Amino acid sequence: MPLTPAILALNLASLTQSLLLVLAAGFAIQILRHWDLSSGSERQLGLERRTYLIATLVAWVFGGNLLSLLLFVYNAEQLSTQFVGAMCATGVLNANPWGWPTLGLKISLFFAGAAWLILNGVDNQAPDYPLVRPKYALLLLIAPLALAEVTAQALFFTALNPDLITSCCGSLFSPEGGGVAAEIAGLDPAVSLAALALSGLALLATGLRYWRRGRGGGLFALLAALTFGIALTAIVSGVALYVYEHPHHHCPFCLLKSGHDFVGYGLYVPLFAATALALGAGLMEVWRSAPSLKAIIAIRGPRLAGLSLILFALFYGLATWLVLRSNLLLLGPI
Amino acid sequence: MIRLDAVSKVYNQGRHNEVWAVRDLRLELETRGITVLKGPSGSGKTSLLAMLGCLSRPSSGRIHLEGRLLSNLPERFMTQVRRSTFGFIFQRFNLIRGLTVLENVMLPAYPLAPDPGRLRDQALGLLRQFRLEERAHNKSEWLSGGEAQRTAICRALINDPAIIIADEPTANLDSQLSRELLTLIGELADQGKGILISSHDPLVFDHARVSRVVELRDGRLA
Amino acid sequence: MISFLRRQGYLLEYSLASLARRPGKHLGLVLVYATLVFLLASTLLFTQSLRQESALVLAESPELIVQRLLAGRHDLIPASYLEQLGTIRGVGERYGRLWGYFYDPAVRANYTLMVPRAAPPAAGEVQLGAGVARARGLSPGDYLSLRSARGEPFSFRIAALLPADTELVSSDLMLLNAQDFRRFFDFPADRFTDIVLRVRNPVEVRKVAEKISLALPDTRPILREEILRTYDAVFGWRQGLVFVLLTGAMLAFVIFAWDRASGLSGEERREIGILKAIGWETGDVLRMKFWEGAALSLTAFLLGYLLAYVHVFHFAAVLFAPVLKGWAVLYPDFRPVPFVDGLQVATLFFFSVFPYTVATIIPIWRAAITDPDQVMR
Repeated sequence: MPLTPAILALNLASLTQSLLLVLAAGFAIQILRHWDLSSGSERQLGLERRTYLIATLVAWVFGGNLLSLLLFVYNAEQLSTQFVGAMCATGVLNANPWGWPTLGLKISLFFAGAAWLILNGVDNQAPDYPLVRPKYALLLLIAPLALAEVTAQALFFTALNPDLITSCCGSLFSPEGGGVAAEIAGLDPAVSLAALALSGLALLATGLRYWRRGRGGGLFALLAALTFGIALTAIVSGVALYVYEHPHHHCPFCLLKSGHDFVGYGLYVPLFAATALALGAGLMEVWRSAPSLKAIIAIRGPRLAGLSLILFALFYGLATWLVLRSNLLLLGPI
Repeated sequence: MIRLDAVSKVYNQGRHNEVWAVRDLRLELETRGITVLKGPSGSGKTSLLAMLGCLSRPSSGRIHLEGRLLSNLPERFMTQVRRSTFGFIFQRFNLIRGLTVLENVMLPAYPLAPDPGRLRDQALGLLRQFRLEERAHNKSEWLSGGEAQRTAICRALINDPAIIIADEPTANLDSQLSRELLTLIGELADQGKGILISSHDPLVFDHARVSRVVELRDGRLA
Repeated sequence: MISFLRRQGYLLEYSLASLARRPGKHLGLVLVYATLVFLLASTLLFTQSLRQESALVLAESPELIVQRLLAGRHDLIPASYLEQLGTIRGVGERYGRLWGYFYDPAVRANYTLMVPRAAPPAAGEVQLGAGVARARGLSPGDYLSLRSARGEPFSFRIAALLPADTELVSSDLMLLNAQDFRRFFDFPADRFTDIVLRVRNPVEVRKVAEKISLALPDTRPILREEILRTYDAVFGWRQGLVFVLLTGAMLAFVIFAWDRASGLSGEERREIGILKAIGWETGDVLRMKFWEGAALSLTAFLLGYLLAYVHVFHFAAVLFAPVLKGWAVLYPDFRPVPFVDGLQVATLFFFSVFPYTVATIIPIWRAAITDPDQVMR
């Protein structure tokens, strides 16, 4: 394992986050067992006060996770000089089988945390806290996710061996290679960009319907999750090519570098935020018939969806602009 | 109208130092006029006042305010009711040292996030009403007893509550200041505020303006 | 949304006022906090700029260097090898280099003597690195006298000094032309120190290196990327070592922060009780306290980072250059190039602000759940 400050920081951060979540999960179990809002007993008062602590812990884990996601990518970028064949973060993540799962787990943890906090925010609006049980049960599912993340990350770093020859984005994302990454990259840019545009239209339609009529929130969230996947695919197989102006450069991380005006942040930040908001809105829809929450969800859900649509629009706008301004012509004149 | 239904409050339940502050209390109180809870110390009047003012929750029993059940609300919502319905004047005034008179008065409104300019005007208006406008930018610890007491009243009024709760308000005042305070409280009652006072000071419960006296002993009606 | 921002504004205002009211209590924490940030940031900024500097210098160096080995030791390489190397596909430009070391007893230091490929100095003239010039107290126009390999004195006129921005690698350098070099060292005429190859396609470098070791079995090809990797690994490892040592300091800081956050004075406890009684919610108090923490963290972080920046970039990291730089007798008077990136800042955050926050969550929560009716008891 390369002993660099960033790797120490990442391991330390993930370990702390899992510990905090395990602590929160422990409190969650107590709440699940003893919660009784009608009681004025000191135990119930204590539990109610614990809910503040749990929410704070989850919020911090979530925030820390967001930053560690960034650091993880930066760090992979920096390590790329130490691996023969790696020219950017992709090559380093590829150096052993734990790289991509770690990244995936970090992203899942981000969405899980965001959705949970949104749900918690809604529940806190109703005096009878109708979602207490489902909410803390969900928390029990998030804790193992954090444990899996810290383990995968530790395995990834331990197994990093600088003598290894790894493949860089050029070969990983080249259509001739094998595996999922190659298939994604091998997709015809026209197909992936068309899929992106179509999913965007579907998203806009369902989102607007939900925003105006308050119906179809679940569908909107599902479509948003789907669009997230399509968007990542389209970035690798299409948008990236236009940014780099190179028909075989597919790397999703180089977009974050200064050489490309940090345009990756402009794409990823709205995309991640929009997806998180949509997932939160969809999750709360599940409980839209709870009597004390009906009115609140009917206002909040569509509002979140509206915000999510705005962020998606930012993402789509930037992606379109990147394709149009590029000197690379893959699809012939548009 | 505040209705109490079999309300009890117990501290350290199930432990050796268990204390029943209020036991099985049934009571109806008007939210207009001045009501005094009277009794020796340890009679449970402060615990009762805390429950009435949504500062604490009864261990059992129900409290209704104007027909709305308050006693089963979680803290988050009790706080919302508290800051919009009740204003508090404490025994030792409890102003925050180091902050100016104006800041002390505005504090209860911070969580409601009103427009800053409006809040300031409102606070200054109250200070003017209680002849404190010159003191607005002084630190609260430099105030005389009477000024501190009037600042506490301004702070209690900043969110325009329907009911003012005063816990032993004359305990630290001489007779002169106590009478002044009661006059001010009388004026508030004239403006339509409900007043709930706990006290064992005859100056208070024998005051002409008091509309009802509830006497407590050992957590029960005496 | 507006009311949310406004509420945060009020809470921030209150927490800043609260900090200002007890400056003494927080001063110690900020100092310890800033010191931690300072130590970590100095390490990071310094090694990062060393890494940057060496990468800049090496970027100019050739992709491949071929050395001859004799009994496992570096030996002079025959000029005839140049032609043999020319037959390997993919090799672009190729040339022999002349360089060596010279021990100067007058200043008890080693110089690196080198023949530059482009624009070598005229006969009898040299260009000097700043370190050598400093050690001998020389400036352009002066003469430098050295004893050659045969024991004869050699006098060189100093034509110019090398630019200061490459001092990390050029400090001990002395550039001269090939004839002077061969005469001074009594260097065989048909030999070079090593041979340099340019390979145009970076993907082919490894292939070319393989072919060389087959064609000329007594040689050793050295790849530029290998050198870069070694540098990177060494710098990263040294940084890591310092950080591991500082982890102890970090733990001490966490305990200190925890202690500070849980040791609320009676006055502060009373204040929180009052706030809750007059209508503040537990969440409001929590947020107010976190604003307080954020203000402290920001102050300490900026202070520590700024001090580290000044320390590294204006005072050349006087405090720990010896540990991190490696050593030579002619110590380069190295002025690091200012360089800041997201990786550093994020790493620093996880070593300072993150542990501070984690350490204070539970104490802050404990303070925030103070009973609102406490002020009446």
